[in-house]
Amino acid sequence: MIIKTHKDIPASEITDPLVFKQRRQIIKVMMGSLVAGVSSSALAETKTEWNHAPKANTTAAPLITTSSEIVNNHTNYYEFTFNKTDATQLAQSLPTDPWSVEISGEVEKPAVYHLEDMLSQQSLQEYIYRFRCVEAWSMVVPWIGFPLANLLKMAKPLSSAQFVQFTSIYDPKTMPNQRDNAMLEWPYVEGLRIDEAMHPLTILATGMYGESMPKQNGAPLRLVVPWKYGFKSIKAIAKIELVKRPPTTTWNKFAPNDYGFYSNVNPEVPHPRWSQNSERQLGSGFFTPRRKTELFNGYGSQVASLYSDMDLRHFF
Amino acid sequence: MFFRSINRWLIITLACFLPLIAISIDIATDNLGADPIQALHIRLGDWSLRFLWLTLAITPLQTLSKWRGMTAYRQMLGLIAFFYATLHVLVYLSVDHGLDWHLIAIDIFESPYIWLGVLAYIIIFSLAITSPKFAKKSLGKNWKKVHRLIYLAAIAVIIHYYWQLKGNMAEPLFYLILLALLLGFRIAVWVKNRQFNKMMIPSTRKIRVTTVPKSLDIKQSGVPSKSSLNELIIEEVDES
Repeated sequence: MIIKTHKDIPASEITDPLVFKQRRQIIKVMMGSLVAGVSSSALAETKTEWNHAPKANTTAAPLITTSSEIVNNHTNYYEFTFNKTDATQLAQSLPTDPWSVEISGEVEKPAVYHLEDMLSQQSLQEYIYRFRCVEAWSMVVPWIGFPLANLLKMAKPLSSAQFVQFTSIYDPKTMPNQRDNAMLEWPYVEGLRIDEAMHPLTILATGMYGESMPKQNGAPLRLVVPWKYGFKSIKAIAKIELVKRPPTTTWNKFAPNDYGFYSNVNPEVPHPRWSQNSERQLGSGFFTPRRKTELFNGYGSQVASLYSDMDLRHFF
Repeated sequence: MFFRSINRWLIITLACFLPLIAISIDIATDNLGADPIQALHIRLGDWSLRFLWLTLAITPLQTLSKWRGMTAYRQMLGLIAFFYATLHVLVYLSVDHGLDWHLIAIDIFESPYIWLGVLAYIIIFSLAITSPKFAKKSLGKNWKKVHRLIYLAAIAVIIHYYWQLKGNMAEPLFYLILLALLLGFRIAVWVKNRQFNKMMIPSTRKIRVTTVPKSLDIKQSGVPSKSSLNELIIEEVDES
């Protein structure tokens, strides 16, 4: 089953033949392998949905997923390295099985879940989202996951729960930059306002491209918030806390003028040192113009209401 | 001997194009990674920086080694730096932006790190077009002044490098240290020369030199005639 994102993609994003080929390959991969917990019928549905021609008006084209090879080899995983390519190799040393996730704070039912138990209680679906990095590149990834709201509801947040704080795994044995205390404060912490966390577009992902999540992409469980810059979508989540006050998030603490708490994708609000007006789509060919970045990464029709009273320049 | 030095110059010049060949091979074999456009752009920028640094290294090397034959290399390396910088700019405009001038204009306007890149490129461009002998002749004394702008270009380049990074400032540190050494050398030479000049006229003992006419044969204009300059009075001036 596919989650519609109510997004019309302009005709300027016509598929490159290469991307088409890659897409076929991805479909083949999807047919070949199943994620634990994803029923084969669900995947079969995904496939058929995926091959449907776009129904929307004439200016619409489907979101073209980026080749999995690119997504697998282009990750910012600063716990391991500052190099996007080397992270693929280095992240393989992270033990992800068994994995447990703690849910605590302002909830009625705090719990520590074994990951398998958590996933068995959720129905996994495919979410094809555009992923926009603060470094002005983007890709389209078919995530496998479930709405964060479903998990939070099970913990029963108290009315005092105003924010959600996520903490990544702290494993200095396998993560060189945690061991060396390099650059950022570890472990990595991210946060959302409670209404952002409960939004149906906000998911916890445990796989992509029809397979379980590669370690460099945030296995075994990561957040995906498609209307925010990529660094908000924290990887390898160990703890989810519901809290009263806004959490101090890692990048915001490191450079508060550069990376705000909200970090909503917004072409009108440049980073202090570079423009956010356009983005390079990974997989696009040489001499292809960049893509004009959209407010809320194109998910404005669903999330703009969350920020209706806010000055987005101030709350960047 | 003459032919040997020409050959050496030629071989080194051709070697400067090896990075371009390596990059071309990586393009042809699709070996530029997941973001090939950025990889291409950055690798050209890196080589421009490296050749600019090498250009700046020639004068210190010449001073330290007392070898006088390196000026030709300085010009050549500077032009190679300009060559890679030009490719870097062209890739930004065409390969990355597909010559979409509207997007390019906004991108430059909103990106302070690019302003410094633009400044550096304008300087390096100006230096490249004033590099030939006839330009050097026509600029005369100003040539040296104009070409001192290379220091400003190098500083702009290193900030350009730092500002495009998200946070890991360790990466360009190596080049920053090298630049500090290269510019530091020039400052050291300047300070040394200044001190040398001071030694000629010690600042603690200022002297006043006046001429007193030997006789009264001063012309009506008041200027002492040659013969009247014979007597000089040198007196020490107390600073306090």
